[in-house]
Amino acid sequence: MNLLIIAISAALVNNVVLSQFLGLCPFLGVSKKINTAAGMGGAVIGVITISSALCSLIYDYILTPLDLTYLNTIVFILVIAALVQFVEMVLKKCSPALYEALGVYLPLITTNCAVLGIALTNVQNSYNLIESVISGFGTAVGFTIAIIIMAGIRERNEYNDVPESFQGMPIVLLTAGLMSIAFFGFSGIL
Amino acid sequence: MNKCVERIYNGLIKENPTFVLTLGMCPTLAVTTSAINGIGMGLSSTVVLVMSNLLISLLRKVIPDGVRMPAFIVIVASFVTVVQFLMQGYLPSLYDSLGIYIPLIVVNCIILGRAEAYASKNPAIPSAFDGLGMGLGFTCAITILGAIRELIGAGTILSTGSSALVDFTNYGFTPASIFILAPGAFFVLAMCIAVMNRIKRKHGMKPAEVPDYVGDDTTKEE
Repeated sequence: MNLLIIAISAALVNNVVLSQFLGLCPFLGVSKKINTAAGMGGAVIGVITISSALCSLIYDYILTPLDLTYLNTIVFILVIAALVQFVEMVLKKCSPALYEALGVYLPLITTNCAVLGIALTNVQNSYNLIESVISGFGTAVGFTIAIIIMAGIRERNEYNDVPESFQGMPIVLLTAGLMSIAFFGFSGIL
Repeated sequence: MNKCVERIYNGLIKENPTFVLTLGMCPTLAVTTSAINGIGMGLSSTVVLVMSNLLISLLRKVIPDGVRMPAFIVIVASFVTVVQFLMQGYLPSLYDSLGIYIPLIVVNCIILGRAEAYASKNPAIPSAFDGLGMGLGFTCAITILGAIRELIGAGTILSTGSSALVDFTNYGFTPASIFILAPGAFFVLAMCIAVMNRIKRKHGMKPAEVPDYVGDDTTKEE
């Protein structure tokens, strides 16, 4: 039950993009079309889930016994960068079709602050391995929901007559603001 | 010397990281619930930017091209850790209110972006000033955002939590607290960029664009 609460809270109530402002760069930069948004979402789900598990293991079994927990930022970002590189190589070798679909997004994920942000919040909340994985997965699902909705709205916005000064960035931000208000509705769930 | 002044002007006005390049959106929106938070975040990012630009520029001939990204990330992460500890020691209240966004300076695209675009190709002194200009541009932008959100959302100017410079709630002003919540961040930034676009259009300059990572140019981020 506790795990379910962690998952729902990570995915909907504390949505990573709309209420914690993590991962905004890909949220704004890859949300022009629904299929690219879905591709990015898929890649993010994979990477965040694996990296939450890895970072949690490293923190509990390497950094804590050696009393090196103050190095967590440096260690986590290196683990994430190496992991992304590794996933890219494995996909290229084992599943060229999946690599075709997700390959473009992988290099962008290293600088996605959601990945590092989740690894750090997991440590701050002193989650164990399973809780970390669940919270990572839930967060990534929340990111995917948000980016796909955003892409859907932006595709329709193309045909609307937006005032000149609001074209481009401002209208996208306003849309995100309205979505953020909508996601406030979920805070009643827990 | 002229070049250094030019770099600062470039960072503050011409290529302002927030309003023109729209980089580093996460801290811009997340910590701007008050002007003080904006100043704190901006200045700590500036310190990291100046130091990392300086060091990367000094090491630019030593770092092999193939591993430059990991090397840059390690340099930036080290400075961020130092800043994090200094802040925890000397400014604990600011440290608490900025929270997780301090370690996340590592993945602020402004810093890696400047390292890649400027510091890795230019001598040390201009690189440090480039970092200073960009950092100050970022600081000004998020302080303005923070001040607007604080004024409308909490009715105060430069509040430090317990006391404020001016507190309009004493004069019958009801704050619209949505502006210090998440949606307000998006709305205020949207309005600021729209105003900038309007001014720029009058002067015949290009308006701010939404970054598009996978559009026509997929190699842009690498």
